[in-house]
Amino acid sequence: MFETVLIANRGEIAVRVIRTCQRLGLKTIAVYSEADSGAMHVRLADDAVLLGPAPAPQSYMDPTKVLEAAKVSGAQAVHPGYGFLAENAGFARRVAEAGLIWIGPPADAIETMGDKVRARNAIAAAGVPVAPGSTDPLTEVADAVAAAAEIGYPLMVKAAAGGGGIGMSAVDGEPALRTAFETAQTRAERFFGSPAILLERYLAPARHVEVQVLGLADGRVVALGERDCSVQRRHQKVAEETPSPGVTPALRERMHAAAVQAARAVNYRSAGTVECLVPTAQDPAAQNPTAEPDQFYFLEMNTRLQVEHPVTELVTGIDLVEQQLLVAAGRPPTFDPDNPPAPRGHAVEFRVYAEDPKRFLPGPGVIRTWQEPSGEGIRVDSGYSAGDTVTPYYDPLMAKLCAWGPDRDAALERLRGAVAEFVVEGPKCNLPFFAELLANAEFVSGRYDTGLVSRMRS
Amino acid sequence: MAEEIRAEMVANVWKVVVAAGDQVEDGDTLVILESMKMEIPVLSEGSGTVVEVAVNEGDVVQEGDLIATVE
Repeated sequence: MFETVLIANRGEIAVRVIRTCQRLGLKTIAVYSEADSGAMHVRLADDAVLLGPAPAPQSYMDPTKVLEAAKVSGAQAVHPGYGFLAENAGFARRVAEAGLIWIGPPADAIETMGDKVRARNAIAAAGVPVAPGSTDPLTEVADAVAAAAEIGYPLMVKAAAGGGGIGMSAVDGEPALRTAFETAQTRAERFFGSPAILLERYLAPARHVEVQVLGLADGRVVALGERDCSVQRRHQKVAEETPSPGVTPALRERMHAAAVQAARAVNYRSAGTVECLVPTAQDPAAQNPTAEPDQFYFLEMNTRLQVEHPVTELVTGIDLVEQQLLVAAGRPPTFDPDNPPAPRGHAVEFRVYAEDPKRFLPGPGVIRTWQEPSGEGIRVDSGYSAGDTVTPYYDPLMAKLCAWGPDRDAALERLRGAVAEFVVEGPKCNLPFFAELLANAEFVSGRYDTGLVSRMRS
Repeated sequence: MAEEIRAEMVANVWKVVVAAGDQVEDGDTLVILESMKMEIPVLSEGSGTVVEVAVNEGDVVQEGDLIATVE
């Protein structure tokens, strides 16, 4: 097993990876930008290497600088976290070429799944249901209009190379499509370096449910439960839970099987997530409309550790970062792959962002007060503490507040206490939104869909 | 009456959409800021003429900084 791991990330995820490495007796190397010289991940790591100026393209997203940091620090393996270089196939290849171990999926799997059009086609070929959509990347608005006529409105316009909800919008007709196509292309070009667009039938109302998979060193793939990520603003998740309150045991079984099939189709290894949409209202034209959702459609596969992975850890008792390290080292996981642990109880995560709780606009600043809640079933993964500065350079996630309970109501009750106890002063903070969410009848009932936050703000 | 539009947060100025002398309507985008991987359009709060755009693309603005004046 390698002994020194470089964590090519910052904030809460770098801290979280460092903690598991330390528990396993591995030496940790942090990397940082000029804006993060005193950051928590730098303080916690055994060693730290400066990458460059604050903007991510000149520091955390520069493959050459990160590889150089690995070389000078004597790191033997690289954990990318999520975001930045985590889904950069070229970087994964360069890590291997430099003689280092890449703690993540094979570069080919990253490449296939990183292109949403290729991913859809590969997944459909493996027998996993996909929503009607374009089978070729679209770069001309005229082609998009023609494709749209075939797929049918309403439609989702997405960057083919994209993620994180950036450049995504729903359109109900041709005029809206023309405008959205142009906006999406500008954003796609700017954020992802490719103007290719994917059109997909917009299914609403629906839940966003994803399956955690783990590809083992011996090639087997196991599903470790699902997560419901339907609490979203601007197509970005703010709260997640497991098990999904909107998935029946029969549907769950089919989704898990499909996720394993999807991962196998790209020879997946390490931790990954297969994201699906589960429509909550039956198509009126369906032959046998039933009250319970029984259909799902593949959205995309995230070829990395997911932000919301802690909820899975809380119900399975598995440390997913530890499994990633073991798989990368060619070792078996800590559990029996033939009998992966069944989820026990219920877990919910809230993303504590430096943003205002009404309009969700970011508000960086110096943290004057930072008091984390604690108590039975409470887990807080944070990247900041009092005295730290949340800068405008990176995403606004300050911490993840998670709670486990023997059932959903118990987990929500623990969160009510924890949200009230959590004090953040300085930057803007969305904690009051979570107090509101915990008092929202729709959320509390568990019968909600991706339109929940918009309805709360309309 | 002149309307001063100020930044609501620390951000980078990504795009300046209007120039002094332009006619704008209520809700038109004047400037697009970028903070924390988000594009934040700064909108006109009334109809009129842009008197001044106080920022340039690439600038860093602090909360409360003047962005533009519309009359």
